[in-house]
Formats: sequence, structure tokens, C-alpha cells
Amino acid sequence: MKLRSFWQFLIGTASIAFLALGCYALGDAVDQWAVALILLAAVSVLAVLFDIIPVLAAALLSALLLNIFFIDPVPNYKIYDTESVLLFFVYLFIALVNAVLTNRLRKQEKKIRDREEKAKTIKLYNTLLNSLSHELKTPIATIIGGIDTLKEIDAEILPEQRMELLAEIETAGNRLNRQVENLMNMSRLETGTLKLKRDWCDVNELIFLVIQKLPVEDTSRIRFEPDDTLPLVKLDGGLIETAVYALVHNATRYTPKQMPIEIATSYEGNMLLIDVSDSGKGIPESEKQHLFEKFYRLPNSGTGGSGLGLSIAKGFVEAHGGTVNVANRPQGGALFCITLPAEVPKL
Amino acid sequence: MNKPTVLIIDDEPQIRKLLEINLSSKGYAVRQAESGKEGLLLASSHFPDAILLDLGLPDLDGHEVLRRLREWYNRAIVILSVQNGEADIINALENGANDYLTKPFRVGELLARLKSAIRHSDSSIVVQTVETGNLEIDLMARVVRRAGEIQKLTSTEYSLLALLARNEGRVLTHQFLLKEVWGISFQSETQYLRVFIAQIRKKIEDDPNRPTHIITESGVGYRFQ
Repeated sequence: MKLRSFWQFLIGTASIAFLALGCYALGDAVDQWAVALILLAAVSVLAVLFDIIPVLAAALLSALLLNIFFIDPVPNYKIYDTESVLLFFVYLFIALVNAVLTNRLRKQEKKIRDREEKAKTIKLYNTLLNSLSHELKTPIATIIGGIDTLKEIDAEILPEQRMELLAEIETAGNRLNRQVENLMNMSRLETGTLKLKRDWCDVNELIFLVIQKLPVEDTSRIRFEPDDTLPLVKLDGGLIETAVYALVHNATRYTPKQMPIEIATSYEGNMLLIDVSDSGKGIPESEKQHLFEKFYRLPNSGTGGSGLGLSIAKGFVEAHGGTVNVANRPQGGALFCITLPAEVPKL
Repeated sequence: MNKPTVLIIDDEPQIRKLLEINLSSKGYAVRQAESGKEGLLLASSHFPDAILLDLGLPDLDGHEVLRRLREWYNRAIVILSVQNGEADIINALENGANDYLTKPFRVGELLARLKSAIRHSDSSIVVQTVETGNLEIDLMARVVRRAGEIQKLTSTEYSLLALLARNEGRVLTHQFLLKEVWGISFQSETQYLRVFIAQIRKKIEDDPNRPTHIITESGVGYRFQ
């Protein structure tokens, strides 16, 4: 800050001095009024760019130089005729007022900008809280409501309804658990407490573990051919499993049931690639850049989902020095591609 | 025959209640402690057949309770841990815990783990054959049969499988398996383990990609069932 105001002083006074010198060199071609206007213009420009103190210094310097070198008699600080006295004081007045007013305007502007910034943060925070409380409250409501039903009207409901209710409670519990896990993962990413535990991973096994974790009704739509030639790779298996799960789970949510979801793996040039593709509607071009932002959800994406999965996937992959990209397939549907730099065992 | 006794050391009353109801319905006598100190006291006064120990206790660190218990207590200890606590779990398993469950756990799983931990802590039982599904491992004759057919395993594959099978139902850490099968200097060479587990699965599993006998416990180890 100090250094900045030092440079502002230097540039301010130097530019005024330089201008004055230029006007002086022109001699009689410009009269004192023209010089005053030129210097005033320079002070105005400085006032827009610099802080108040360097600008005031430049304004005073310009008044001084005007007086000594341009207001008759020159070169002298003395002033005799009324017109010149008027010129000097009016110049000084305008220069100072100009500097102060411009500064006040800049401060005002900054205040407005800050306020807008704050409003934006509050809006984001509110969106976040709304989305979160909805995501948590829905399963809680299901659990409490389900248990009330079982307690109060247990005798009146059919055995299969009872089983259905229990299944709903179970699903709600799992959903709650997943949301809390998401939040914890997000906070591990945000606070920078994420530490990679790299170990040798069998990627085929990792993908099958992901498939196993999916709800049963979704496992049958997954197409995955294990690749026996894939080498072991050194990764934090838990994190990559979570990342792949997020992509696959996302695909199951946003494509019609029964529509196949393909997972493919390959290893090329020290890079492990994991592709997850579907045959859904694909991602609108305008949404692609926001897709991995936390709490972002596609417009009209229906109920459920916190908008955390993809941003966690991206965070975990990037922690490995990798990338997650999204593209639309020529034949339709979205393609998410994880690219990871991965060490393989030395033979 | 007396009922087997289980001591629950957990500070959460709801978890203790849930465990108590389930365990007593399965014929266990249940003792409860809500702190590490109370747990240590009850363990020494009742000498239970198994202890369910929560790692997150208010007074003492769960690992400290485990360490003090293992100074004299030689029966089953099953750890209850939070998610993403692989480092804690491995630490506890290396310090004498028999098995672990992460909260939230399924009750069926808990009962199975507890049963198997109690069985294994009884050193008087000598396991001769392990049979599960269509798989049969004759530990005396060193023969493995799948659906009645003898499977040819290399000697390392067999050592690894036999170690897992002898500890049926229990999780064994990567480090433990490497140390026992390959030797102490191979403890960090997990790539051997991955390769050999994949090879064994091809021989004993009906679908090696969806294993039902050698189960992967992510970040911790393997479990034979």
C-alpha cells in the first residue's frame, strides 16, 4: 500500500511537472488560461486514477507551477493584476474540489460494488441452505411420517403396504446418509484437509464396486466390459470410487429408467481414462460450464439431488492431478470422461 | 449352557438401545457402558465373550480403551467406527481388534460379524475344512474344490486363500496378509496382493467380477465368506 502511494506521488508530480515544462517550452503560443485548463485536465485524470493524497499533492504542485511560470510576472510567485489573482484562486479551487469530488465518487462506487458482492454471497448462501434443508428434510419427513403410520394405524394397513413403508424408510435413511457423506466430502475439499492415500488399484474391481453400490434397480442398466489388459494403477481408490460413483449415479438420475449407461476404461500414455456415457438428452451447451459448480443443478432437473456429486467428483479427480470433462455424444447422450495421470507397477 | 455375554461400550443411548434389543433377541446377555472408563471396569468384572467398542468416546480415546483391554482381555473385540475412518480402522485392527463395522451399519451384518469374531477368538476350535456355497477348502489335505471340481492353485495362491478361509468372516488387513504370506519386508507391496487376489477369484468365484467369497473392504483389506 505504501509503495503504491509512493509511486502515485511520483507519477502524479512528474506528469504535472512534465506537462508544465511542455507548456513552458511552447512559450507565447499558449496563454496562462490555456495552461490552467491543460493542468486542470491532467489533475482530473489523476483524480480518477489515484488516491486522494497524491492527487491533492499534484493539484497543489500544479497551482504552484502555474503561479510561478505562467501567471505574469514570470518567473515569479508574485501576482499583481486582478485577472491573474482570479485565475490562480479559481484554478486552485477547481483543482482541489475536483480531486475531492472525484475521490468521493470513487468511494461511493466501491461501496455499491461491495454491497452487490455481499448480496450475491447472501443469495448463494440462501440457495445453498434452501437446497440443503430440502435435501435433508425430505428423507427426515419420510422417516418420521413412516414411523408415525406404523405406530398409529399398524392394524389397518396391509402387510405389503407395511413392507413398502419400511422400504421407503430404508431408502430415506440411505439418502440421508449419502447427503451427509457428500457434505463431509465437500468440506474435506473446501478446507483442504483432503489427503490422498495412493495405493495400487485394480480399476476393473473398482468399477464393479461402484456398480454394486448402486440401487439394485439400476445395476442391470450398466454396461461394463472389464479390460484384462488394464495395468494396476496407483490411486486413492476410495476417492476415485466416490468420483466414478457420482458420475454413474448422476447418469442414472437424469436418464430414463432402463436406458443403458456405459462405463469404459482404458490406459494410454500414462493416463487412465474412465468414461461414463448415457443415451439421454445430453447437456445443453450453455450449461456445461456450470455443471461442476457446487449446488448447481440443471434447470428442470426434477426433485432430489443436492448438486454436490459432480463438484465432488471433479474435486477428487483434480486432487490426483486429473480432469473431468463432459461432452455430448454424436449419437446422443452425455459423455463424462475422467482422465487421471497414473503410475503403473514397474516390471 | 450359559448365554454368551456381550459388552457394549458406546456413549450414544440410541445405538446402545438398538444393539441391546437385537442382541438379546438373538440370545446374548447384554451389558452396557457409556464411557471408556466404565467399559474397562465392566470388562474386568464380567469378562464378557465379546466387546462392541465405539472408537469415539467422550472420556477416553477408543484406541486407548482397546490398548488397555488387550493388555489382559483375549476374547473378541469388534470396533464401531465412523465413515471415512479407514486409518482408524486399520490402526484398531493392527492393535488387536477382531473386526469392525462402520456407522451406519446393518443389523444383520453386525450379528454376523459378532458371531464370527466370537467363534474365532475361541482358539480351541481347529478348522479342518471350510465350506461356503459351492466352494470347499480342505485345510488338512490342502485341496480346493469348486462345485466338486478340484482347482489348481499355486502355493502362494493357496497360502493366501487358506489364511483368508481360516479367518472366515473376519476382515484381514492388506499389511497382515502381505506379512503372513510374503514376509515382513513385503508389507507395503500391495500390488502383489491385488494380482494374487484377482487370480484366486478367477479360480474360486463363479463370477470373478462379482465375488461372493473374497470380499474387498475398500481401503482396509479382504474378507472371506
